[in-house]
Amino acid sequence: MFPQSSDQALLAETTKKFLEAECPLPKIRELADSTAGFEPEFWRDGAELGWTSLVVPKEAGGGSVSEGGVRDLALVAYQFGLHAAPGPLSGTNVVAAALGRWGTEEQQIGPLGALLRGEAVSAWALAEPAPHGGFGQVGLRATETPHGFRLDGAKTPVDGGAEASHVLVVARHVSGLSQFLLSLPCPGLTIVPLEGLDLTRRFARLEFDGVQLAASSLVGAAGAAAPDVEWLTDLAVTVQLGEMCGAMQWAFDTTVQWAMNRYSFGRPLASYQEIKHRFADMKMWLEASFAITAQAAAAIDSGAPNRSELVSAGKFFIGRYGVELLQDCVQLHGGIGVTFDHDLHLFLRRVVCDAALVGTPSEHAARLTDILEEREAGR
Amino acid sequence: MSDTAELESVDAFAARARSWLAGNMPRAADGLGGYNPVQRNDEAELAHIARCRELQRMLFDGGFAGICVPTAYGGLGLTAAHQSAFNREIRGYEYPADTQIPTFTPCMAVILEFGTEEQKRRHVPPILKGDAFWMQFLSEPSGGSDVAGAQTTAVKDGDEWVLNGSKIWTTGAWWADWGLCLVRTNWDVPKHRGLTVFMVEIHQPGIEIHRIEMLNGSREFCQEFLTDVRVPDSQRIGEEGQGWTVGTRWLYHERTISGGSPYVTSPAGRPAVALDPGGGSAALIPLARARGLLHDAHARELIGESHALGLVGNALTDHIAEEIRSGAASEQAAAITRLWFGVSAVRNSTISFELAGPTAVAWSQDEREIGRKGIRFLMRQTSCLAGGTTEMSRNAISERVLGMPRERTVDKDTPFRDIPRSRPAGSS
Repeated sequence: MFPQSSDQALLAETTKKFLEAECPLPKIRELADSTAGFEPEFWRDGAELGWTSLVVPKEAGGGSVSEGGVRDLALVAYQFGLHAAPGPLSGTNVVAAALGRWGTEEQQIGPLGALLRGEAVSAWALAEPAPHGGFGQVGLRATETPHGFRLDGAKTPVDGGAEASHVLVVARHVSGLSQFLLSLPCPGLTIVPLEGLDLTRRFARLEFDGVQLAASSLVGAAGAAAPDVEWLTDLAVTVQLGEMCGAMQWAFDTTVQWAMNRYSFGRPLASYQEIKHRFADMKMWLEASFAITAQAAAAIDSGAPNRSELVSAGKFFIGRYGVELLQDCVQLHGGIGVTFDHDLHLFLRRVVCDAALVGTPSEHAARLTDILEEREAGR
Repeated sequence: MSDTAELESVDAFAARARSWLAGNMPRAADGLGGYNPVQRNDEAELAHIARCRELQRMLFDGGFAGICVPTAYGGLGLTAAHQSAFNREIRGYEYPADTQIPTFTPCMAVILEFGTEEQKRRHVPPILKGDAFWMQFLSEPSGGSDVAGAQTTAVKDGDEWVLNGSKIWTTGAWWADWGLCLVRTNWDVPKHRGLTVFMVEIHQPGIEIHRIEMLNGSREFCQEFLTDVRVPDSQRIGEEGQGWTVGTRWLYHERTISGGSPYVTSPAGRPAVALDPGGGSAALIPLARARGLLHDAHARELIGESHALGLVGNALTDHIAEEIRSGAASEQAAAITRLWFGVSAVRNSTISFELAGPTAVAWSQDEREIGRKGIRFLMRQTSCLAGGTTEMSRNAISERVLGMPRERTVDKDTPFRDIPRSRPAGSS
């Protein structure tokens, strides 16, 4: 997907081999009927390969294989996309990154340690139902109590919300955004499983009705978490970018092979200029997706000031053209492309879910305009 | 290369360029220094070209012209990485923006690749000094994309060749100095085998230049009529009959116009204005404000989309150039960048037009800036036409990059004189 160091290539290669062995596509179909969508031992083994530690600082027990943990994670996410792999890659890494940076010592020893070892999985609860359904809107209230805080409101859809041992919740405190780490189950919290498109990802709606939390559950400063939430948003989106790139690659390669081998009117499909030209467009979308994903991941790693700009440009572009690429691959397959037996839909599901979550392409385009406007005002 | 170790490091070169630029080059009026073509009358155009000559000379005298050109021909003999570093440093400065293309690529690139030692020593230094601007005598009225179907003919006469025919879509031929010219020297062999390339002085008896008026009023494009133009054999580039060997590389260098050429000086990371003279996505904010749409959700999405396309385009350009440099992709992958700049500029033009609304089709004196969006929209397809159509780049991507079956050709094994050809325009 992008130039890699030898250590990064090794991480990508071991992840690839592991996923090929542990979750071939028939296995993904089997997991569709399971409760969690993945098996605990699968996740523990993955943690040993490094899946959970890449974006956690060394001091907090993490470690990446290069200077750039986010690039490393994007490479792993690419492999997840390429194999339509199950597992809480995004939720666990986002929460681990938060705890590794802003968690208390207690949070780092307990929950973070378990996440790093793959013994626990976590979810990040950002999105909310109407009237706070827009990207980045937070209406869930955190109010101070004599013993800490109470939370009231709802989060949905929360990726992995029902399977997580810990949930990091973004809440609105009177002085600004705050994040809290909850252990599940938790009194006052109702978890409603949702139906969804992806065969192996499970989503839930979390309803907070006077959930009581100790002050020690705060992650970062009360009321001052807005920059943290922005950073985690960019990280979560970059995992999606990597994953969508992988799924696009699978669909593209599979459809190129199909067009080369499928004959119609005595000629391979790939010999028709109309079809060749569509593959040319798809190839351009694919390479452009790789390019912007690499830059977005590198910008988070380096702390570049244009980090969110590159991330949102990536999400707008891949969210829109990644979905188009998958749908075009369906079209070029003909009727078989919309059957359950063909594997294409496993990848279509993954790309469509990633495109719609953590900000739609349109919402990320609007975020870019916010950035341009701020820049203009700053001049 | 054996002398790599002696090369100045990219960082040291960039630092030296930074300090030289600060001390010697004027800052760009728009603060960006990107390519931002505007329409000028002839007098202003000539003054602008003279300014480009001056700026090129300043780069040469400062020791920053021809970064990747061998020292024997007046260049610096450095690498593409040095040129990229210079492109990062020159951002914000005035530079000879309008004379980079097609002089440095594809014309100079072709001379460097196929010229004799003597030809290179004679023709490359004037280019680096701003003394010679080059144009492509490539397309013909009988066909645009099918450049190997050239009908302009050269017949040998002693040590000279006599050229007759017509070339078209030559930008600025009326003020440029030299043309790189693809002609037919043999009609009795299949089309790709009967071609030869010459260097032709533009301003000479026998070359009549007709300026074409575009629908936006621009008169930059020209058509040249060649009548008994005599060119010495010493101005032949490559072997007689090997014109298509030169031509395929010529077209490759032409595709690098969209990014990745080691010979082009152009500010890196510029807003996507290269083919969208609208000023990039930042200019859309004042446009939306002027139309009272800045708080309209749809308008904000369009502005963000335009900005995203600019950022993704920059990333793609770097990515493809790196893939080609490292050998991970063949040079044919340059067609991907070319296609991108065609379709993304079309989209940007559409976005500008949509934001401009009715003002783009009827405007008052004080709305002329917005009105220009309408004219630009009428010219929208230019980005998918100029420099090889996007249909041709889609063919290149599918056939040369993805390895899909080639289009069937009927003209491959037949002598050129026997294959069907376009009728001259106007005949029935």
